[in-house]
Amino acid sequence: MILIVAEHAGGKLGKATLEMVTAAREAGREGPITLLVLGQDVAAVATEAAAVADQVLVGDLPALAQYNPEVWAAAVAQIAREGEANTVLIGGSRSGREYAPRVAVKLDAPYLEDATKLSVNGNALQAQRYTYLARVTETVEAEGPVIVVTVKPGSFAPAAPASAAGEQYDIELDLPTPRTEITGKSVEKTSRVALTEADVIVTGGRGVGSPENFAQYVEGLADNIGAGVGATRAVVDAGWRPYAEQVGQTGKTVQPKAYIALGVSGAVQHLSGMGKSKNIIAINKDAEAPIFKVADYGIVGDVNQIVPALIAASKK
Amino acid sequence: MKILTLVRQVPDAEARIKINGQSVDLEGTTLVIDGMDEYGVEEALRLREGGANVEEIVALAVGPKKVEDALRTALAMGVDRAIHVETNERYDAVALSRIVAQVAGAEGSDLILLGGQEADWDSQALGAASAERLGWPQLTWTNELSADGDTLTGRHDVDDGNEGFKVALPAVVTAQQGLNEPRYPTLPNIMKAKKKELRKDEPSTYSVQPSVKYVNAEIQTRARLNKMIDGKDPQAAAEQLLDLLRNEAKVLA
Repeated sequence: MILIVAEHAGGKLGKATLEMVTAAREAGREGPITLLVLGQDVAAVATEAAAVADQVLVGDLPALAQYNPEVWAAAVAQIAREGEANTVLIGGSRSGREYAPRVAVKLDAPYLEDATKLSVNGNALQAQRYTYLARVTETVEAEGPVIVVTVKPGSFAPAAPASAAGEQYDIELDLPTPRTEITGKSVEKTSRVALTEADVIVTGGRGVGSPENFAQYVEGLADNIGAGVGATRAVVDAGWRPYAEQVGQTGKTVQPKAYIALGVSGAVQHLSGMGKSKNIIAINKDAEAPIFKVADYGIVGDVNQIVPALIAASKK
Repeated sequence: MKILTLVRQVPDAEARIKINGQSVDLEGTTLVIDGMDEYGVEEALRLREGGANVEEIVALAVGPKKVEDALRTALAMGVDRAIHVETNERYDAVALSRIVAQVAGAEGSDLILLGGQEADWDSQALGAASAERLGWPQLTWTNELSADGDTLTGRHDVDDGNEGFKVALPAVVTAQQGLNEPRYPTLPNIMKAKKKELRKDEPSTYSVQPSVKYVNAEIQTRARLNKMIDGKDPQAAAEQLLDLLRNEAKVLA
């Protein structure tokens, strides 16, 4: 079987799960597409999952209320073994890429990380992935009775529902006790769409000038067009914006339909996080800024003059 | 505690990447210690300077001869000694974690520090795979760390925010931006580092095989429109851009 670990939050199936279903269908490995739903009170998620999978395995347990890499790795490896999975697909989220290597080690399986394309090559599974700060596309392949893969968010189209809903089965899990105690959590609340899910992102760099300008222009434009808000490392380091908004090598990787960069110079580390966006729009007063080299649409000009005009015009 | 820091050597972020045949060719490229691993080395030093009972800090690198330079940087920053498994073989993270686990075992390490993501592989797997091989817990994307006896406390980033944690050693911790500001090695320390032990290990000692085959590499090129709009009249520029986004790119309603 092809085992996909469902990503979900707030009682809803994540877009990443639907993308993984497409990845599994495209990869062409044999066996039923099986979604594994782990968590507590996940009945609604399981029902959503059943619409796109041949079968759904549900681990609905208090012990799974909170994500922990050791617990998740144990659960996934157990089900992969019992179900004789030939492929295990895990979302390329921060948590997915955190526990997937543990699953690979537990199963003594090769690990293809953050795949953007998957295909079968004889007995091997072949994957494309980005390397060298996303400047290189590498093709890698692995063979084995089972292969663990994480799928890069935004790389595959979300799957449409299958013709018939898959059966749901409750599973029993033998879980370890987490050794890490969580002593507090701050959840980044935003009324805006999450960066990794957003179709349009407006990002501000140092060229925006000040935290006040950032709020006025970057957030102002984002709210006007229903976009997510991103920031460069320089802006985060300066304390203007929270780390949660940082896009780039040390922040989030995004692939929206449109990435609007305001006062962003375009350092390699930033490009590695947003360079795969379908359309890149840059506004910067420095005509030599590297961001223009990767832009589809560029305006050389002052953000403080052009963005207010943009906000006004986008209201019409 | 005994700390093992993992060090990789990667192209400088500004360096141009070339492809030769089917793979990335680093000949002539400026190589540096991976910035994220540097946070790990710095944190090991800070734990000791902050009064934690740190018996020894050892840096480990696996890679070709020139990786010595990255280890010398770590030694000059202040680690006590270094181990270099010299090899031209390209190991994936899951294979490499076998070497890490064996070295950690032989060294009696109880804390492994490394970067959250390697800038050459764009991979986050080495810390987690090493932790699993050793049967240790892991804390990834850590931006705050302190040690009290054999208990580590700190904060790290997770999918939907940031968590405080507490964990007993042994453990694997991956570092990131914000954890600290790595020091520059001073000239006296660079001189001192030359006298520190840099042990060479044969890869055959660890009998490890890559589990992933590298088939091809291509420089990412994506044709961009590079359509420039005159910004002299902000009003006109804004309207022209909106028109293009709505009607040409079709990304706005």
